[in-house]
Amino acid sequence: MTSHRGRARRLGDDINTDYIIASTRKKETLDEKILKQYLLEAVDPGFAASVRAGDVLVAGANFGCGSAMEVAATVVLAAGIQIVLAKSFARSFYRNAINNGLLPIECDTSDILEGDTISVESDTSGTTVVDERTGRRELRPPLGGIAGEILAAGGLVPYLKRERRFVSTT
Amino acid sequence: MTASTPTQTISEKILSAKSGRTARAGDVVVCDVDLVLGTDASAPMAIGYFERMGGTRVHDASRVVFALDHYSPPSSAATKGFHDQVRAFAEKQGVRVYEIGEGISHQIAVERGLAHPGMLIVGADSHTVTCGAVNAFATGVGSSDLAAAMLTGQLWFRVPQTIRVALVGSRAAGVAAKDVALAMVSLLGSGGAEYHALEFTGPSVQDFSLDDRLVLSNLAVEAGAKAAVWEADAVLETHLARFADRGDAVSADQGALYVRDVVLDLSPLVPTVALPHLPENVVPISRAPETPIHMVFLGTCTGGRVADYHEALAVLERGGGKLAKGVHLVVTPASSEVERELAADGTLVKLARMGATITMPGCGACCGTSGVVPSDGMNVISTANRNFKARMGNATASIYLASPAACAAAALTGRLTDPRLFA
Repeated sequence: MTSHRGRARRLGDDINTDYIIASTRKKETLDEKILKQYLLEAVDPGFAASVRAGDVLVAGANFGCGSAMEVAATVVLAAGIQIVLAKSFARSFYRNAINNGLLPIECDTSDILEGDTISVESDTSGTTVVDERTGRRELRPPLGGIAGEILAAGGLVPYLKRERRFVSTT
Repeated sequence: MTASTPTQTISEKILSAKSGRTARAGDVVVCDVDLVLGTDASAPMAIGYFERMGGTRVHDASRVVFALDHYSPPSSAATKGFHDQVRAFAEKQGVRVYEIGEGISHQIAVERGLAHPGMLIVGADSHTVTCGAVNAFATGVGSSDLAAAMLTGQLWFRVPQTIRVALVGSRAAGVAAKDVALAMVSLLGSGGAEYHALEFTGPSVQDFSLDDRLVLSNLAVEAGAKAAVWEADAVLETHLARFADRGDAVSADQGALYVRDVVLDLSPLVPTVALPHLPENVVPISRAPETPIHMVFLGTCTGGRVADYHEALAVLERGGGKLAKGVHLVVTPASSEVERELAADGTLVKLARMGATITMPGCGACCGTSGVVPSDGMNVISTANRNFKARMGNATASIYLASPAACAAAALTGRLTDPRLFA
């Protein structure tokens, strides 16, 4: 079982990957340790400086839409954020997150406020997300199939180093 | 109906053929990928993942293509370095590189016949969906998936449910494919087609040229679609006639299961604009707020093809060919083939004489990675696909998305203008 407690960082709907990290920033470098200072700058220029390791991004619908650029996942991890909660994810961001070991959890985020303490516990039966302020609890089924295997391996690099190919699970 | 006679959508059929099993919506399948497209914006990271995965040789170099399109020409020391890195990797691996100025990856794939019916195409560029216009299953991925596809020749997919989009009725004069595409995004909503494939059908598909189809498939990802597939028909046949490899056309079965049917009636459509900062914010231009325009961008994988420039030039010429004071017109053809054709027929020189800045083909100013960046507070009208805040490299600029004709009309008047004014 893994568990995590962190502070909610509240975002809205339709946060596109250019908002997470601007395309224009990555023409200077792909180093996420440098890029993290521009995390979500289009939404809030002060955001990056206010991030603490362990924070949980909490978004509305369609998180990570737009460009499929993978720095949008690696820069979030570099900032010390390991979990993103959203009502829904754009599929390219979702895949990129899993491939890098960033945990995307699809759940009802409507009542979560900025600064709420969020606890996330995962085991074989699934993932439980609790907002400690409201006591609201949501159990999400475990990520199945190859995506689950990749996440369990810690990302696509360790998965493919081990397996050498995609192993069909069904 | 029995299990032995499956009825499938186009996406289910292609993913079945590539996985070697009967693929149904919801299944997770491992597929052989026919074409792997990387760009200078995604391949550098992919090369890093490839090496960390322990990769030494690309599985099948003949199926991999890189296009140096986002930084065309390179706009920083780092991007120049990305090009060198991509070229060196490609040379070592025997991968074809389309150089700066040759065009946008998915435009190249279509116009050079790399993409054809029945293919499974992945590209580390979200607008890879554009290739769905040639009856292929084409989808965007990130750099790590690109690396995996290069390394193994395969990728895993959840077989998407399909939304069937029926095109009915006929377009009024002055209504462009872009207006239809914006209507589609507005109808589905941002994320409204998330995880889903679109399949275009209906009595009016025949009225859509291949270029028109590319526009609809391209914009489909702004509604979140994983793929946006057209049927194979006479229009596609005409496009494919000049290529040796024409693929195997795939059609949906009678009785295939669609999660949703959407009817897009073309008859009531009018020239539209997507207001900042989401492509779904679509309104008729005639009802948009009075808005001054400072920069006009004609280009990209949505609106940078020959027909788009002809549409824009026709409006500009009918309106007297004089740009409004203070308007900066920027022209970036989607590929060198487009550029060549526009040079040959005189379009480029006419645009240049009007004062347009004509840049090297590629993605150009679309995402601020090359070309002209708007200044503070500028309003830009663009033939592109995304109007997110800061998309073009300046968070204080506002981006309006419209057809080539509407962009041209704004260039003449210096404000948002219904292009039918110059009909």
